[in-house]
Amino acid sequence: MPELFASGTALGALAVAALFATLVRGPMLALVYPVTALAAAGLAVVDLRVLLAGSDVAARLPIGLPTIGLHLRLDVVSAFFGVVINGGVLAASVYGMGFDRAKELTPRVEPLFPLFAAAMNMVLIADDAYGFLFSWELMSLASWALVVARHTDPESRRAAHLYLVMAAIGTAALLFAFGGLAGPAGGYAFDTVRAHPPVLLVAALVLAAALVGCGSKGGLIPLHAWLPLAHPAAPSHVSALMSGVMTKVAIYGFVRIAFDLLGPPAWWWALPPIVLGVMTAVLGLLYAVFDRDLKRVLAYSTIENIGVIFVALGLALAFRANGQHEAAAVAMAAALLHALNHSWFKSLLFLGAGAVLHATGRRDLDGLGGLIHRMPRTAAFFLVGALAISALPPLNGFVSEWLLFQAVIAAPALPQAALHFASPAIGAMLALAAALAAACFVRVYGTAFLGRPRSAEAAAAHDVPLAQQIAMGGLALLCILGGLLGGALTMVLSPVLRELAGGALPGAATGPTMFSLVAFDPARSIYDAPIIALFVAIASLTTLVVVHRVSERRTRRGPAWDCGFPDPSAVTQYTASSFAQPLRRVYGAVFFSARETVAMPPPGDTQAARFSVTLVDHVWRTLYAAPGRALLRLSERLNALQFLTIRRYLALMFAALVILLAITAVTT
Amino acid sequence: MTRDLVLQFLAQGAQMTFVLLIAPLAVGVVRRVKARLMRRQGAPLLQGYYDLAKLLRKESVVAESASWLFRSAPYLIFALTWVAAALVPSFASGLMFNWAADVVALVALLGAARALLALAGMDVGTSFGGIGSSREMMIATLAEPAMMLIVLTLAIAAGTTRLAGVADFFIAEPFAVRVSLALSFIALIIVALAENARIPVDNPVTHLELTMVHEAMVLEYSGRHLALIEAASHLKLVLYLSLLVCLFAPFGMAPANAGIVGWAIGLAAWTAKVLAGAALLGVWEVSIAKMRVFRLPDFVGIAFVFGFLAILLAFLTRGVFA
Repeated sequence: MPELFASGTALGALAVAALFATLVRGPMLALVYPVTALAAAGLAVVDLRVLLAGSDVAARLPIGLPTIGLHLRLDVVSAFFGVVINGGVLAASVYGMGFDRAKELTPRVEPLFPLFAAAMNMVLIADDAYGFLFSWELMSLASWALVVARHTDPESRRAAHLYLVMAAIGTAALLFAFGGLAGPAGGYAFDTVRAHPPVLLVAALVLAAALVGCGSKGGLIPLHAWLPLAHPAAPSHVSALMSGVMTKVAIYGFVRIAFDLLGPPAWWWALPPIVLGVMTAVLGLLYAVFDRDLKRVLAYSTIENIGVIFVALGLALAFRANGQHEAAAVAMAAALLHALNHSWFKSLLFLGAGAVLHATGRRDLDGLGGLIHRMPRTAAFFLVGALAISALPPLNGFVSEWLLFQAVIAAPALPQAALHFASPAIGAMLALAAALAAACFVRVYGTAFLGRPRSAEAAAAHDVPLAQQIAMGGLALLCILGGLLGGALTMVLSPVLRELAGGALPGAATGPTMFSLVAFDPARSIYDAPIIALFVAIASLTTLVVVHRVSERRTRRGPAWDCGFPDPSAVTQYTASSFAQPLRRVYGAVFFSARETVAMPPPGDTQAARFSVTLVDHVWRTLYAAPGRALLRLSERLNALQFLTIRRYLALMFAALVILLAITAVTT
Repeated sequence: MTRDLVLQFLAQGAQMTFVLLIAPLAVGVVRRVKARLMRRQGAPLLQGYYDLAKLLRKESVVAESASWLFRSAPYLIFALTWVAAALVPSFASGLMFNWAADVVALVALLGAARALLALAGMDVGTSFGGIGSSREMMIATLAEPAMMLIVLTLAIAAGTTRLAGVADFFIAEPFAVRVSLALSFIALIIVALAENARIPVDNPVTHLELTMVHEAMVLEYSGRHLALIEAASHLKLVLYLSLLVCLFAPFGMAPANAGIVGWAIGLAAWTAKVLAGAALLGVWEVSIAKMRVFRLPDFVGIAFVFGFLAILLAFLTRGVFA
C-alpha cells in the first residue's frame, strides 16, 4: 500500500506541475523539469521496490466505470515497464533543466510534458479496460499536442495530423480488443478477464486488434508511417520520450494482452508478431540508412528496434505455447532487456540529436560534420549510444541481441514445421538488421560528428549546458553498465520472466564467474561481458604501453594524405548520401525501386553534370496514398448529397425507411 | 586447485602469444606462395615482421582534421581482434576463454572492431576513407546473415554455440561426414574471404584506389598506428584460419586438461594446419581474379544460399535439435 500511496503522490505532483505550468508564463515554466525529474525518480524507486520484492500492490478507487470502479494494480510486469519509462522521463527532465529560461520555454510544451509522463505511468497501473484506454488516449493526445507545438511549421502540422489519425485507429483497435476480452458478460476489470479467457476465434481477433493497436503506437510496419514524421517534429527531449519510452508502453500493451489477459497461447499466435517484426526490423533500417535527416534516421531505427522486440515476443509466445519454458524465458528476457536497453540508447541518441540541433540549428546530415572537435562531450556520449544501438559488445545492445540469437538458435527445437523452418530465415534477417544497424550508425556518426564541417553552422558549434551533458552522460553510463551487468539484470527480471514466460534464466551462479550471462546452461551458450571487456582493456593498455616503449613516439600533424591530392573543400568528403550508395545499389532496387540518373552534358558543353536518385516508398504509396486518394474521391462524389432539394432528401429518407423495413421483414 | 588455475591462466596467455606471433608468418606464407606461383622470387617468409618493425620505427603523421578517435582506434581495433582471435580454440579446447564467449559474441567482437575501423576511415574527412568505410559496411551486411546461418547449422549439429563445445563434438565424432557441414564449410570460407578483404572480394596488394576497400579505409594511417592496423588484419586472418580448422579439422587438438605434452602436440598440429591453410589461400588467390564491387552480392550470396541449404539439410537428416 505505501507503494501505491507514493505513486499517487508522484502522479499528483505531475498533475500539479502540468496545471501550474498552464497558469504561469516565462521563466517560471522551467520549474516543470525539476518537479518531473523528482516525480519520475520517485516512481522509478517504487517500481524498483515492487520489482525486487516480486509482489504486486493493488487498489480500487470509486471513480471510473460506475459498476466496477477504477482498478489499479502495480505488478512486476508493470513495475518493470515503469522502470523503463521513468528512467527515460528522468533523463529527459534533467535535459530539460538545461534549457535557456529566457528563450527556450514555451507554454505549448512545458505544461504537456509532465502530463505526458503521468499518462504513460497511468497506462501501466491501470487494471481495467476503462482506465487503460483512458490513460492510453491521454498519452496519445498529450504527445500529439507536443508534436504540434511548432504549429507554424507545415511539416509539423502534417505529422501531427497523420499521428492523430493513426492514434485514433490504434485506440479503436484496442477498444475492439478489450471488447473481445470482456466478452458478452462485459467484465472490464482485468482480473475478471483473466478468469474467463476468450474462445479461440475471439482470441485470434483480439490478438489481431492488439497488434494493430499496439503496433501502430510502436511503429510496426505497415502501421509506422506517422512515426518518422511525428517523432522528429516534437522538441528533442520529447522526441526522446516518444521514441525511447512511449513505444515501450506500446510493447507493454501487447505483452499485457497477449501474455496475460488472453490466457494460455496457441502456437500460431507467434506467427503474426514474428513475421511483422522481421519485416519491420529489416525495412525500418533500410529506411533509416537512406534517410538524410538526423532525427528521422533515429525514428526509423526505433521502428527497427520495435520489430526486433516483437520478434522476441513472438518467439516467447511460440516457446510458451509448446511448454518450453526455459526457451520462452530466454526470448522474453531478450524482449524485455531490449526494451530497457533501447529506452536508454534511443533516449541518449535523441538527446544528442537535440544537442546538435541546438548547437547548429541543423538536422540534415549532409550539412553537419566535424562536431567531435567542437562538441567533444556530446560526441563522446553519442558514440556510446551509436555503438550500443549497433549491438556491439561490450555495450548493452549486444546483451539483448545475444539473448535473441540464442532464442532463435533454440527455435529449431519447436515441433511445428512452420516455426521450425522459419528459424533460419529469422536468424538471417536479424543478422542482416544488426549489420545494417552498424552501417546506419557508422554513417550517422561518420557524417555528423567526424570529418570536416560541411556548413558554417557546424563549424561554429559549441557544446551544450551542463545539465544536458549530465542527462546524456548518465544514459551513456547506463549503456555501458547494462552491457557489463547483463547477467545480473536478467536475474532482476526473474519474477517478470516467471510471470510471463513460466520460467527464468538459469542464473550466473551456474556459470564460471558471477557476471556470466547464461542462456540455457553454461555448456551450451555463455557470454561473459566483464571478462571480455577486462581482457580488451588489458590488451589495449598493454599494447599502448609496449608500442609507446618500442616505437618511434613522435607524431607529426600534417595535411591529410588522400592519395597525394587532398582537396581543401569540405564538399569533397563522403556525405550521408554517398555513404549509402553501396547499400542502395545492393538493397535499394529491391525494396525502394531505387533509380540513379546521370544527366551528362554533351562533349564541349560546360554545363555541370547532374546526378539524381529516386527512391519509391512502396508501403506509403500502396497502403496510405492510394486509399487516401480513394477516400477523397469517394467523399467528393458524396459531396453532391449536401446540395439536394428538400424533395430529394425526403425521397432519400423514404427509400432508406423502405429498405430498412424490407430487411427487418426478411430477417425476422 | 590453485596450480590448475595458474596453469589455465598460463595456457590462455600462451594462446594469446602464439596467435600474435604466428600472424605475420601466416601472411608471409600467403605472399610467398603467391609469388612462387607467379614465378617471382618473393619476399622472405619473415617479411611481415620486418614490415611491422619498420612501421614502428617511423614517426606517425596524423592529418590535421583527425580527432582523438583516429588516434585511439588502432589500439582498440588491435585489442578487440586480439581477444577475438584468442577466443577461438587453437591448440587446446577447454581453456579459460572458451567459457567467456560463444561464436555469436565472437562475430560481434569482430563487428565492433570493424565499426571502429570504418569510423576511423570517416574521421579525417577524405573521399577515399568514405569509399572504404561505406563498402566495408556493405560487405558486412552481406556476410553477417550468412555467418548467422553457419552458426545455426553448427548449433543444430553440436547442440551448443560455444566453439570449444563444437570442436569437442567434432573430435568425438570425426567420421560423421554430413553434407550440411560440407555446405557450411564452403559458406564459411566465402565469409572468411569477404571478412578478410581477400581476393576476389578485395585485393590486399592493390594500388588502384578506386577498387580498394580495406586499404582505402586505412589510407591515412602511418607509423605505429598503421603497424597496429596491419597487425590486427593479420590476426584476423589467423582467427578465421583457426576457426576453419577448429570447426572442420579439429584433429590433434588437445582436450580439456590435457597437460603440457598434450598441449605441445596440439600446438604443433595447429601451427601446421594454420600455415597449410595460408598456403592454400595463396593458391586460391593466384587462380582467381578480383570481382567488381557490385558483383559481390552474387559471390557472398553463394555463402548465404549454401548456409540456408545446410540448415534445411540438417533439419531433414537430423530432425530436431536436442
